[in-house]
Amino acid sequence: MSVAQGALAFQELTAPEAFHEALATAAQHAAEVDRHSRFPSEAVAALRSAGAFGWGVPQAYGGAGARIDKLSEATFELSRACAATGMIFAMHQIQIASIARHLGDSLWFKNYLGRVVDEQRLIASATSEVGVGGDMRKSLAAVQPADGPDNLIHFEKRASTISYGAHADDLLTTLRRSPDADSGDQVLVLTHLADMDTKPTNEWDTLGMRGTCSPGFVVRATCLTDQVLPAAFAAIAAETMVPYSHILWAHVWLGIATDAFSRAQNFVRAQARQNPGTIPPTAHRLAELSVRMAGFRALVHEAMDEYMSLADEDRPGLSTIGYAVRINNLKIAASEVAVEACQAALRICGFLGYGNGGPYSVCRQLRDAHSAALMIANDRLLATNAALLLVYREGK
Amino acid sequence: MLLSTETQKARLQNKDRIRKVVKDHAGLGLDFERMDYSTDLYRAGMTSYSSVVLMIALENEFEIEFPDHMLSRSVFESVDSIAAAIEGLQQERE
Repeated sequence: MSVAQGALAFQELTAPEAFHEALATAAQHAAEVDRHSRFPSEAVAALRSAGAFGWGVPQAYGGAGARIDKLSEATFELSRACAATGMIFAMHQIQIASIARHLGDSLWFKNYLGRVVDEQRLIASATSEVGVGGDMRKSLAAVQPADGPDNLIHFEKRASTISYGAHADDLLTTLRRSPDADSGDQVLVLTHLADMDTKPTNEWDTLGMRGTCSPGFVVRATCLTDQVLPAAFAAIAAETMVPYSHILWAHVWLGIATDAFSRAQNFVRAQARQNPGTIPPTAHRLAELSVRMAGFRALVHEAMDEYMSLADEDRPGLSTIGYAVRINNLKIAASEVAVEACQAALRICGFLGYGNGGPYSVCRQLRDAHSAALMIANDRLLATNAALLLVYREGK
Repeated sequence: MLLSTETQKARLQNKDRIRKVVKDHAGLGLDFERMDYSTDLYRAGMTSYSSVVLMIALENEFEIEFPDHMLSRSVFESVDSIAAAIEGLQQERE
């Protein structure tokens, strides 16, 4: 699909040219964003102009009410152009869904979602923490009563990574519910970065996904008790944050792999044009890669379809062990095939693929794809599934 | 609905057995003297891993198998919710 066709699919959310502009801007700056490990501010500004940060907000609060299928498509298209931009868009929509699907009767959060649409606010998340061993379902930092009125709370957290933390407007943080709560008894708190004290603890200079600018931070805030989402994080994680993350991330990785595939295909076609009448040997490798890409797409789309069918009608179904196993499987499989696909594209393009520039370079794609296995380490998910499969009889 | 004394007694016995399995297998640090049947085990620190250990131990203790649709957070939330699930399975068997 060309950039123009990609944009057409979003005409119900925004003017087609607005999303077209965001895709073109993301593509134009992708190499430079990667080289300098800098925030893709031009593409993010173009997304703001397209109103994209309000797409996942329900229509009742002034948003476009886009479901996960549309958000996935947008994530995929953006990631073909610039994976960092795609990941930033995806992570923002994950935070929106986590709020919108679990805000209960909270007037504060209903009002907040309206502000996200009007002001095109960008939300980052602080779910990681130094000292919990990468387990998002555990927190050390807790909601503390603040000095002053009863409706004020305070927290301080050492987050091991906050993607685009220095460039977002708001932050969604996991914390223990109270100073004496168990490490697994967590809540989510939304705070405005302008009112917070934040300090980066390291530099983000990484192999790939360099434009997401995701160093560690120490974050401190004082806010209203109203800014604590009413639902338990356990339910938010199982019903929304984990499936949204794995499905949208998988679309980022599919976008990266599809970009690498397109570059490999263009390379093979250029070779074929040099020797009309013959099929270049790389064409066979491309055909093999095409099979893998078909499997990759099927894997990702099936997981999205299952979530779509459960998301509204069968929320308890999302908290079952069987669903946890399947959504973890999606993450593990998609993160591995993304790297394999980029590697296969590199073999096809040869040294033109290995170079850091030019139309057949797949370096950035391969480096970006390597982040996939680390975002919630695959080994952690395999260990979880190993335990779950002791009781769950897989039949689906 | 009025329950027969027999049913009520059987229920309490079940809950006591479940409570003991939870104590031995759910890996919780809480004070069991203060735990009641409605205590939220997840809020008390049960992880997804320890919930699996608990499920296996319950299957052994009651000689049952939880069907896949019962393998959910809400079923293993408390002694009460586990007892309701096990009672359902026992009735099915009878």
